[in-house]
Amino acid sequence: MDSHAAGSSSGGSGDGGAPPRRNSRKPKYSKFTQQELPACKPILTPKWVVLVFLIVGVIFVPIGIVSLRASQQVVEIVDRYDDACVPAANENDKLAYIKNQTIPKTCNRTLTVTKDMKQPIFVYYQLDNFYQNHRRYVKSRNDGQLRDKSKASDTSNCDPEATVDGKPIIPCGLIAWSLFNDTYNLILNNKNLTVDKKDISWKSDREHKFGSHVFPSNFQKGRLQGGKILNSSIPLSEHEDLIVWMRTAALPTFRKLYGRIYVDLKVNDTITVQLENNYNTYSFGGKKKLVLSTTTWLGGKNDFLGLAYLTVGGLCFFLAFAFTLLYLIKPRKLGDNNYLSWNRPPVGRR
Amino acid sequence: MGRSGGGRRRDRMRWSKLYTFNCFRGHHGDAGDEGPSSDAAGAVGGPGFSRVVHCNNPVLQKTLKYPTNYITTTKYNIITFFPKAIFEQFRRVANLYFLLTAILSLTPVCPFSPVSMIAPLAFVVGLSMLKEGLEDWRRFIQDMKVNNRKVAVHKGDGEFVYRHWEELCVGDVVKVEKDQFFPADLLLLSSSYEDGICYVETMNLDGETNLKVKRSLEVTLPLEEDESFKDFQEAVIRCEDPNPSLYTFTGNFEYERQVYALDPFQILLRDSKLRNTSFIYGVVIFTGHDSKVMQNSTESPSKRSRIERKMDLIIYILFTVLMLISLISSIGFAVRIKLDLPHWWYLQPQNSNKLDDPSRPALSGIFHLITALILYGYLIPISLYVSIELVKVLQAHFINQDIHMFDEETGNTAQARTSNLNEELGQVHTVLSDKTGTLTCNQMDFLKCSIAGVSYGVGSSEVEIAAAKQMASGADDHDIPLQDIWEENNEDEIELVEGVTFSVGNNRKPSIKGFSFVDDRLMQGNWNKEPNSSTILLFFRILALCHTAIPEINEATGSIAYEAESPDEGAFLVAAREFGFEFFKRTQSSVFVREKHTSPNGTTEREFKILNLLEFNSKRKRMTVILKDEDGQILLFCKGADSIIFDRLAKNGRMYEVDTTRHLNDYGEAGLRTLALSYRVLEESEYSSWNAEFHKAKTSIGPDRELQLERVSDLIERELILVGATAVEDKLQKGAAKESLLSQIANGSQMVKLEKDPDAAFALVIDGKALAFALEDDMKHMFLNLAIECASVICCRVSPKQKALVTRLVKEGIGQTTLAIGDGANDVGMIQEADIGVGISGVEGMQAVMASDFSISQFRFLERLLVVHGHWCYKRIAQMICYFFYKNIAFGLTIFYFEAFAGFSGQSVYDDWFMLLFNVVLTSLPVISLGVFEQDVSSEICLQFPALYQQGPKNLFFDWYRILGWMGNGLYSSLAIFFLNLCIFYDQAIRAGGQIADMAAVGTTMFTCIIWAVNMQIALTMSHFTWIQHLFVWGSISTWYLFILAYGTTLRSGDNYQILLEVLGPAPIYWAATLLVTAACNIPYLIHISYQRSCNPLDHHVIQEIKYLKKDVEDQTMWKRERSKARQKTKIGFTARVDAKIKQIKGRLHKKGPSLTIHTVS
Repeated sequence: MDSHAAGSSSGGSGDGGAPPRRNSRKPKYSKFTQQELPACKPILTPKWVVLVFLIVGVIFVPIGIVSLRASQQVVEIVDRYDDACVPAANENDKLAYIKNQTIPKTCNRTLTVTKDMKQPIFVYYQLDNFYQNHRRYVKSRNDGQLRDKSKASDTSNCDPEATVDGKPIIPCGLIAWSLFNDTYNLILNNKNLTVDKKDISWKSDREHKFGSHVFPSNFQKGRLQGGKILNSSIPLSEHEDLIVWMRTAALPTFRKLYGRIYVDLKVNDTITVQLENNYNTYSFGGKKKLVLSTTTWLGGKNDFLGLAYLTVGGLCFFLAFAFTLLYLIKPRKLGDNNYLSWNRPPVGRR
Repeated sequence: MGRSGGGRRRDRMRWSKLYTFNCFRGHHGDAGDEGPSSDAAGAVGGPGFSRVVHCNNPVLQKTLKYPTNYITTTKYNIITFFPKAIFEQFRRVANLYFLLTAILSLTPVCPFSPVSMIAPLAFVVGLSMLKEGLEDWRRFIQDMKVNNRKVAVHKGDGEFVYRHWEELCVGDVVKVEKDQFFPADLLLLSSSYEDGICYVETMNLDGETNLKVKRSLEVTLPLEEDESFKDFQEAVIRCEDPNPSLYTFTGNFEYERQVYALDPFQILLRDSKLRNTSFIYGVVIFTGHDSKVMQNSTESPSKRSRIERKMDLIIYILFTVLMLISLISSIGFAVRIKLDLPHWWYLQPQNSNKLDDPSRPALSGIFHLITALILYGYLIPISLYVSIELVKVLQAHFINQDIHMFDEETGNTAQARTSNLNEELGQVHTVLSDKTGTLTCNQMDFLKCSIAGVSYGVGSSEVEIAAAKQMASGADDHDIPLQDIWEENNEDEIELVEGVTFSVGNNRKPSIKGFSFVDDRLMQGNWNKEPNSSTILLFFRILALCHTAIPEINEATGSIAYEAESPDEGAFLVAAREFGFEFFKRTQSSVFVREKHTSPNGTTEREFKILNLLEFNSKRKRMTVILKDEDGQILLFCKGADSIIFDRLAKNGRMYEVDTTRHLNDYGEAGLRTLALSYRVLEESEYSSWNAEFHKAKTSIGPDRELQLERVSDLIERELILVGATAVEDKLQKGAAKESLLSQIANGSQMVKLEKDPDAAFALVIDGKALAFALEDDMKHMFLNLAIECASVICCRVSPKQKALVTRLVKEGIGQTTLAIGDGANDVGMIQEADIGVGISGVEGMQAVMASDFSISQFRFLERLLVVHGHWCYKRIAQMICYFFYKNIAFGLTIFYFEAFAGFSGQSVYDDWFMLLFNVVLTSLPVISLGVFEQDVSSEICLQFPALYQQGPKNLFFDWYRILGWMGNGLYSSLAIFFLNLCIFYDQAIRAGGQIADMAAVGTTMFTCIIWAVNMQIALTMSHFTWIQHLFVWGSISTWYLFILAYGTTLRSGDNYQILLEVLGPAPIYWAATLLVTAACNIPYLIHISYQRSCNPLDHHVIQEIKYLKKDVEDQTMWKRERSKARQKTKIGFTARVDAKIKQIKGRLHKKGPSLTIHTVS
């Protein structure tokens, strides 16, 4: 096993008799420097390939089934009302309608429950084509000001909605300024459904990011009126709509939690929604929808996750099968020395 | 100096009388060298000849500002380090780009916070600079070592003290002792020899190992003792300015109101070595950087590896992609700003600034282009360069620390002098090797001889041994029924049926250096019983007498060592001694030999009067002594190259010509160096008439003196009678038989040796003169094509420049990686020209080492350097770069996709801090551990299967197929990560509590997926997990979670506040998404590698499996066979001879009789 044998024949004749010197420079032996650290060297044998794909399949398919079931248990009612709530007279100029303060914006919608819905039922509003993720929009806020009373006058980054007449706006910035201001009043069987708007935001937001001593001031006092006007006697930490709104959405289509209903709904129940259609999505052609939805452990209705898991899991089963076939049809003995390049006919390998 | 007293007496000899050709042509400057020396006197003092040296007069000398002998080869000093190193850093396009982005990050155009742009850049540049600094520090230390060597300097009043080299000044008188290097360019004043000659070895300057004779002026000869320098004050040297020409020197020496002309014969150059001379005195003329050797040193060109150059190309491609998507993005932005922004009331478009002004979309678009260029900058891996540098430094550290490349004898380790080329070591296609001193030890071993047509000596040359071995190990592959032919005996001794024994391995134990001859017929006086004993006697006498060596008696043991001009001569003398002809004394005119077996009454001392000595030079290729023996008979002994001698044989001197020729062929095939020996008896009258003519020629003055001498010599060197031939072995360096392995590495690649002596007729052999023609423009391609056809090319007697030219020709002609290896200063050109230069350290000087990229202390370490470290480094770096591109594409493109959903506004879905940490912390360490620790197979297997090395020269791991594959994988991963997450977090609640995912939640989830995907990917890529890899890969993933936890506790994190604990952690969908996306990203790669391994396994796959299944232990025959196959099929150099030998042996076996076949393998 000595690969050096060919060179060892020079024997002692080549030795000039120089005593070994400066051996202090000899590198110290350590497994690390000699690159001999113990290592595990996994090898992808056919057994492992098939096993890995099988395991992934076995894990993924059940997850897919469970996720899909969860998603399908969710009952979701979606009602688009932006067009429907525009009076026929204003059909051709919706922008004028929404901008005209004198036209009453109240609008009634009727929703039919398609399936039994167990409480809690979540009420969302959904906007479409609304770029909450636009850089100009996302940047336009000042977290310090929202949190800390002493930083009230810090309106950096809030342009172009930082100050009004030189006085700082609290909360400043475009996000707060454009706060959604449609309101919903749900009526079931002539009885008002209480929409619980408490705790719709993240707890940490309420407790740490929006100060309980910070009150709105100079808000929506500028030349341009944006969205909702905040009650300046209530601290920011209790304006949960604002807190929810200020969590900017990742996509131009997004839902935001409006509130919760703690009433079970039966199939074919009809809910009347009295809504104030204040928010302008007409200028950019955005849709507005009201959503009632239950949840499961996985959240709301979205079949995608389950389907994706099933697809990947199925694919893995298929691959396990395909590789098994491959190994059966075209078996290669492991460590078959005939596959070494020098034992193979010199065909153009890559 | 201990023995100088005794030694000196012995050394006192006037050699000038004996020498004919080499030296002592009067000091008229008739040097025969090109150059201005002949008209020296006139030029001195003129322009270019301004140097004035006041010898031994520091006071006067101080008025002239010449540099001290301090040398520095560092790139920087403390002051220039920062500006220069920073400038170097930003010469890289990528770094410059990042610098620009960092500057722009201070403007509102930037999509990130400035710190997230500046911090990584500072980190990266800082690290690179640190590395530069460390490397320069190492150079500094090396310089200091040289500067701190000591030499005896005249302090005044005849007293010499030891000082550091660096303190030496022009004009100082120094005393250099035997085997010391000259500390500066010196004027030789006197030496231990009476006539002021000294021997110099210029190995470091021109690679020549034969000694050169230098001689002082007559006028300085009295300065032969320390005390004599007391009054040596008023001498002045006026000479040329510093210049790089090694072979010229022009100057005057003014002493005692006389002017003497100086020529190169009086000049001792720095870095050459004093040999065979106890000491010399000299005056320093050129110091430090003024010295000729330093003037000669050119800044070593900075070399970059093939992989890095390709990497630059990829970076440019990525830049193009970056430009493209930035353009798309800014056009999209401009369009949206023009068409849509006016309707987006919530952005208050009426209050826009110029960055997003709907009325000037083009301008905003241009501004946005800058934003986009910065934003998508993650496509360009900022940390790639620094990671590669770091990895290479660590790899170089492993090379330096490799205990298997430590040479016990010299105490040197291998040194990666630049870490730029580690991976290039794995791609070497052609090796150009200097021969003398590199492949061979330049130490001769008397092995065989042919006397009177009978071949003596049963020892085997290395070639024969290797052939025997190879035949034995490959026995089962041969078609001859070998069982009855070979008898295998522990692999150590292999006996051939015909009775010739090859002793293999350690059986050969020559106790005497330079003598491996084994044959009882000649030993112990047995030669007397041989039929031609008189011829044998002559043969031995020629060995003992025909030389120029000086005996040195070791006073302690009484044994004799020989100081010979060439190692061959030394071997002859040792051989003669062993045969019973001990040359022990030389006087001015006589040689004394102690003969043991020539007379019945035991040992007799005989004196031979030397009449003439016509010494060897490369043109004559022979050497002759004419001497008178004790009987008054005048004999001429001539030894030389066989062709030369055979041409000069007398009619009656050709008795043994046929047999000798056959033996010479055999010896040549066995890789031995041969010389033919002959003699002639001269009549008194014939001699005296010739001698008169010779004397006339010798004393003639003029340019044709040399011609005359040659002509006259030729007259007497005729009518010779052939006695026999010698065969000495130029021992291969220990392990240099690995040359075969090198070629194996190569398995069909080229091996071009630049040799000094052509010693075997295998391969294309071309000498310096022919090479000069071959290198001309119209010829060189033909030459190259021819050379490529040949398995190996031997170029002999080539100048350093030609070596470099051949190297360039090969490098540019084949377009593959070339490696040049050499040990002397004459190899510097070649070393610098080749893609990789390797210097052999520890033997002679530092020139080759200083110019090299790697230095090893023995040739045999080259194998390990290439096959183990080169192979590993190549794969590591290749995989590392591929992975880098993969991960940055996978990450960078998700940012781009998101833009399409954010109105191309330049908003990033990720937090600034995530992006900052992505390259620097979260994905950097695993890839570094891949680059440092990955091993496809262990070092033993690398060595056992040199064929694995072929993966490098074939570039299997960094070809476009693979690079594009990885990029495609990155593209796929980015799509999977982005769109799967987008669909999963589309609009619905993500928790049972009805909460919706905001941008922070989506971004963080996506980022989690990326971290998992790229780290799982690298785990799949690795085939070697030590605890370090485990720590780094899994640690990186854990670090991400720890970071997001820690980051979530600070309010700086904005919407990421408490994101893991409060928002994502409790959401099953977050974990489900992570699992799904990670799997989806890695499954295609898994399919790819599984498929490749099962259907198209690469060599290392199969070997890994063999090892894994322990098949190598179970089926040892197979393992051994594959190993030998992996190193077979080589037709180069040493191995070619081995193969020829095998063929020859087989041929003999078939024919059952001696046959003479010359196998030319080319």
